[in-house]
Amino acid sequence: MADDEEDIILSELDDEELVQQMHDDLYDGLKEEIEEGVNILLERGWTPYKILTEALVGGMTIVGVDFRDGILFVPEVLLAANAMKGGMAILKPLLAETGAPTIGRMVIGTVKGDIHDIGQNLVTMMMEGAGFEVKNIGINNPVESYIEACAEFDADILGMSALLTTTMPYMKVVIDALVEQGLRDNYIVLVGGAPLNEEFGKAIGADAYCRDAAVAVETAKAMMARKHNQMAAG
Amino acid sequence: MTAPAPDDATLTTSGMAAGGGATTLLIACGALAREILALIEANGWTHLDLMCLPAILHNRPDRIPDAVEAAVLKHRPRYDAIHVVYADCGTGGLLARKCADLGVGMLEGPHCYAFFEGNETFLARAEDEFTAFYLTDFLVRQFEAFVWKPLGLDRHPELLPTYFGHYEKLVYQAQTDDPALDARARDCAARMGLAYERRFTGYGDLATALTGWAGESVADTRNL
Repeated sequence: MADDEEDIILSELDDEELVQQMHDDLYDGLKEEIEEGVNILLERGWTPYKILTEALVGGMTIVGVDFRDGILFVPEVLLAANAMKGGMAILKPLLAETGAPTIGRMVIGTVKGDIHDIGQNLVTMMMEGAGFEVKNIGINNPVESYIEACAEFDADILGMSALLTTTMPYMKVVIDALVEQGLRDNYIVLVGGAPLNEEFGKAIGADAYCRDAAVAVETAKAMMARKHNQMAAG
Repeated sequence: MTAPAPDDATLTTSGMAAGGGATTLLIACGALAREILALIEANGWTHLDLMCLPAILHNRPDRIPDAVEAAVLKHRPRYDAIHVVYADCGTGGLLARKCADLGVGMLEGPHCYAFFEGNETFLARAEDEFTAFYLTDFLVRQFEAFVWKPLGLDRHPELLPTYFGHYEKLVYQAQTDDPALDARARDCAARMGLAYERRFTGYGDLATALTGWAGESVADTRNL
């Protein structure tokens, strides 16, 4: 941001101005300012959930939209994510204490032979911000890791990520294994990664392809709502 | 006839225009211009012409299929045959489908790093080498434009572990024997905090594919 904003003292802003400033600071990837803003709002009696949704997720949503529109690029998104992570680290234990609503539980990981985790880490953060509990099992995951993690974590959603043309077919190996073991209907399967597309997602039997973290959150929310409705009807 | 290759910066951002006067056009990634021109010259394939799309599309693979389609449609009236010198290049099969729809051939394999090494060898090695980051001659020369700057590492070096924390080594797949490029590639590895390996590949499956297409074109001409 411009130099003339260097003198802004966050604690002197009213709530509305502070949240707006935190959106700007997230956009600029200013981790320390975000941590300070979170602490100020906590001191003012905001609930952790309200800070998370209005100040942090609200700000990251703007970042996500500008990334999608080609205004922001990967480095800026990573810096923003790092800033949000700073705020989340303060809020996470408090959210657990205050019993914030959980929408669903997700296991996410990059497939076997692939070490790229930037995308899945962003999805993890945005899903947590949206009220999901997420177990991120990291990189290079064989079938067994996914299946074990889903069972242990009692997951509703399985997310798989791949950056390489050579590794993305492994997603089908995982889905086929779920089918063979009679587990496929237990999970909503979401897939993502740079070389994937909607058609690939359909062809391998995933429930949806998500082109970015924001789409993953919206898709997961919609599918969880549908799942609950079906359970209520059934 | 093919024109000489523009400088690397031009190949990265603008590509290379077709020379004209030949019967078969190769539509290629700018990152392959020098290698293709070297093969054309070495083999005397005067019936092959080359045009290149901007190599920086490598960083936006979603844009490659449409760019290739536009180039094919633009040049089709002036050539007997057109071939696309791209592998999948991160398009997730979309380029293959586009080329099939257009009725033009393209290279086999996932990426230039695969076909330079030989797709079969590369894929056989992939299971044990997925922590390697690959550079070709072109990518060594254009490391700043393709890696360092687009990833923001010139402005935010603190992001280095986020991008490359899981990588272990940089493999420089050398198309040519050039000690200066070897030194630059070694420097790239050091900047990324990775071990370094130089592996001479020559032109690999690129040479095989071009030889096939060049032969087809000659046969077609003789059958006229």
